[in-house]
Amino acid sequence: MAATTSMVTSLTFTIPSLGFRLPTRSYPCVKPQRRFVRKAASNVITATYELKAPPYPLNALEPHMSRETLEYHWGKHHRTYVENLNKQVVGTDLEGLSLEDIIIVTYNKGDILPAFNNAAQAWNHDFFWESMKPGGGGKPSGDLLDLIERDFGSFERFIEEFKSAAATQFGSGWAWLAYKANRLDVENAVNPWPSEKDKKLVIVKSPNAMNPLVWDYFPLLTIDVWEHAYYLDFQNQRPDYISVFMEKLVSWETVNTRLEKAKARAAEREMEEERRRKEEEEGKPTNEEDDDDDLEIEFLEEKRP
Amino acid sequence: MALRSLATRKTLTLALKSTRLAQSRALQTFSLPDLPYDYGALEPAISGEIMQLHHQKHHQTYITNYNKALEQLHDAIQKGDSSTVVKLQSAIKFNGGGHINHSIFWKNLAPISEGGGEPPHGSLGWAIDTNFGSLESLIQKMNAEGAALQGSGWVWLGLDKELKKLVVETTTNQDPLVTNGPNLVPLLGIDVWEHAYYLQYKNVRPDYLKNVWKVINWKYASEVYEKESA
Repeated sequence: MAATTSMVTSLTFTIPSLGFRLPTRSYPCVKPQRRFVRKAASNVITATYELKAPPYPLNALEPHMSRETLEYHWGKHHRTYVENLNKQVVGTDLEGLSLEDIIIVTYNKGDILPAFNNAAQAWNHDFFWESMKPGGGGKPSGDLLDLIERDFGSFERFIEEFKSAAATQFGSGWAWLAYKANRLDVENAVNPWPSEKDKKLVIVKSPNAMNPLVWDYFPLLTIDVWEHAYYLDFQNQRPDYISVFMEKLVSWETVNTRLEKAKARAAEREMEEERRRKEEEEGKPTNEEDDDDDLEIEFLEEKRP
Repeated sequence: MALRSLATRKTLTLALKSTRLAQSRALQTFSLPDLPYDYGALEPAISGEIMQLHHQKHHQTYITNYNKALEQLHDAIQKGDSSTVVKLQSAIKFNGGGHINHSIFWKNLAPISEGGGEPPHGSLGWAIDTNFGSLESLIQKMNAEGAALQGSGWVWLGLDKELKKLVVETTTNQDPLVTNGPNLVPLLGIDVWEHAYYLQYKNVRPDYLKNVWKVINWKYASEVYEKESA
């Protein structure tokens, strides 16, 4: 399965044959991409979600996060989300969609559908393992540090705010650093905000399985603050867990890579919107329907051997 | 003579005023209730390690933060600072709810030697059979709802005082049962936050739910039921 390290490349869109159509325009990052796994000795293409291993051995984060925690957290909790998701998706319209698409669809504008919890948690945990590395922590550099200093005042202020969000997410949930580039949807009007105001870093917290994808943000970093994430190592001391995470575990390289991709996608979207706006101004009929058909045809052609 | 001069109207009014002020300033603070049993007394259903952490750390923290929030609320009310009053509501619900719920929880549990696990007799036993068919079926229902609860929360056996029937409810985070309905009285609550079972049962919440019934104190639930349904 394609790597889920970056949300940019892993979004796909509708499977034409199922007649279940996703409005491609509304998703933050859409690139047609095959997400099918061809089963051996079968002409039936089905997609199943696999439990990806963290990018390091389960004991590699010791002593900051114990092997025992990884064994349970990844080996039991994360695995269960993936297994249950597969059971929920098989034989439904959701089958074959990428994880990100399932999340958006089942979020259903807040009226969440049954597969949301498992899909979002499967995605969140992949994202979480990849947010950490052995020998992590320290300070970011380059563009990322510049943006942090611009949007939070200083790296120290950012750390304070992130830790506070993680500590005050009551009950189960997550805290996130995200890149916010969703522009104000003003239909026929011009976006009143200059584009610089849109592209900023934000810290958000979310309950249970929620994640910033549903708000059209680009997640860059996350910390799991469900009790199962820290109870074996820290018991009730969530603030200690958060500090250790920031100081010893965060993979700033990964965050940086994600930021570059987020910026690239935001720029692409901007150009897309500019192009469409120009077309509308010039009185051309919008080609939305045609475009989707074209993409569908491409897809079908790809499928034929 | 001295008494007469003391008791002039002016001094009396002043005295009354300052008493009223003192009363409005007096803020009740809450403290951690003692457990009516040792930390290890509920083993093997719930480990002593969990009971100690749960009581001394988690419940204590809710109380500490509840007291702090109440003090801030008190100040804000006196100053007429409405936005602070409203802002504090979630802290009060989280922490006050945590205090309420855990205070009930400790009474819902008892060592086996003191009746923990003994099925309810009398009017509660009868009401359970009427409302759910049998005790087993009630337990099955509560376990199913407790296991299915996403994230953190509680599963309750409650009495709906208005409809005069027993209900099984779940609440999220530390919301007390009354947030599901003003006529609901908690008889029995089971904490399904991970901190309630993780060190012992890890991710297998259903095992915790299966075993906790061995130490459920039906005597307390019966007492509450009899009092509230009178």
